[in-house]
Amino acid sequence: MFVLIVGAGRVGSAVAKTALAAGHQVSVLDEDTLSHERLDAGQAASWEEAGGQFTVGTALEIDALVQAGIERAEVFIASTDGDNTNLIIAQIAQRRFGVEKVIVRVMDPARASWYGEQGLHTISPTKHAIEMFEHALAPEPA
Amino acid sequence: MYAIIVGAGKVGRNLARELIDKGHEVTLIESSRPRYLAIEEELEHSVQYGDATELWVLERSGIQRADLVIAVTGDDEDNMLVCQVAKEKYLCDRIIARVNNPRNHDHFRLLGIQPAVSATDLILRLIEHEVPRYGLVHLLALEEERLEIIELEVSADAPTVGETVADINLPEGSLIISVLRGGSGFVPKPDTVIEAGDEVLLVLDPGLEEAITAYFAPNGVGSTG
Repeated sequence: MFVLIVGAGRVGSAVAKTALAAGHQVSVLDEDTLSHERLDAGQAASWEEAGGQFTVGTALEIDALVQAGIERAEVFIASTDGDNTNLIIAQIAQRRFGVEKVIVRVMDPARASWYGEQGLHTISPTKHAIEMFEHALAPEPA
Repeated sequence: MYAIIVGAGKVGRNLARELIDKGHEVTLIESSRPRYLAIEEELEHSVQYGDATELWVLERSGIQRADLVIAVTGDDEDNMLVCQVAKEKYLCDRIIARVNNPRNHDHFRLLGIQPAVSATDLILRLIEHEVPRYGLVHLLALEEERLEIIELEVSADAPTVGETVADINLPEGSLIISVLRGGSGFVPKPDTVIEAGDEVLLVLDPGLEEAITAYFAPNGVGSTG
């Protein structure tokens, strides 16, 4: 599979490495070159040597998306640090480029749930954290 | 009419004032605390503090009964999101979005956010008003090819001060389309002499901004828009 990941912070870069190790083609787009170093960190071979692709640019630039290979992407992951950016670029990937599987990181549970109802596959780390706290607080079963 | 305006920068603030003066009910939402506090002194209960891309903030401002939602923050993604949610979740009849970067215009269109207004469009409309029709066709076609219009204030030390428009040898792909002087603007002729303090409007290929700035504001005093 060809996976395009936009935003390689902690989450994006970890997912990128896992996907590459699993044998997928992985392309990463990030506006910060530091993210490239994050991809290299702790690896025996550099990101490119391992077969990965890295493009510097912002995801609202169509040219950058095309350069990063969005036209042949089968999976699009929006994981920048901005909820609104993620929600907008995910829709661009879906509607303009017809990417089959689009996954969006949305910190705000409210936005994650409404856009989820609209057909976007949203993942809300905040929502998961809340559930885990609630679970941890729940009284032990007798 | 009840209007919600998101973003209390110059545009949002002035829009709020105008609409209130015309007797409309307005809520202005601003996410920067210092800016909110400054405006609250003037607009009092008509301004609310919060991030309008948070659904509860929109709901607190009464978006369910809003007739009009206007998103004019400096962030295009935020403007798109607010308008999309207003239209599709809260079924608001009318939305207006500000486009900060003309290159994002396609994205607004893709998401069905219309009208989306950019300063570039407004200036083009002014040109449409001022210049003969045959010139206009060319300009609009050029816009589709992603030309930019910028505004620069001519600094006193600019090499072009005292030169006529005909003598200024601008890089290919750029053109002076208007000069603003003493509060009024005009379309320059070849013998128009550029003066310090003029504001010049240019249409140019993207990427020429820096080269052009050197002609009119070598120390980078100008502003783009």
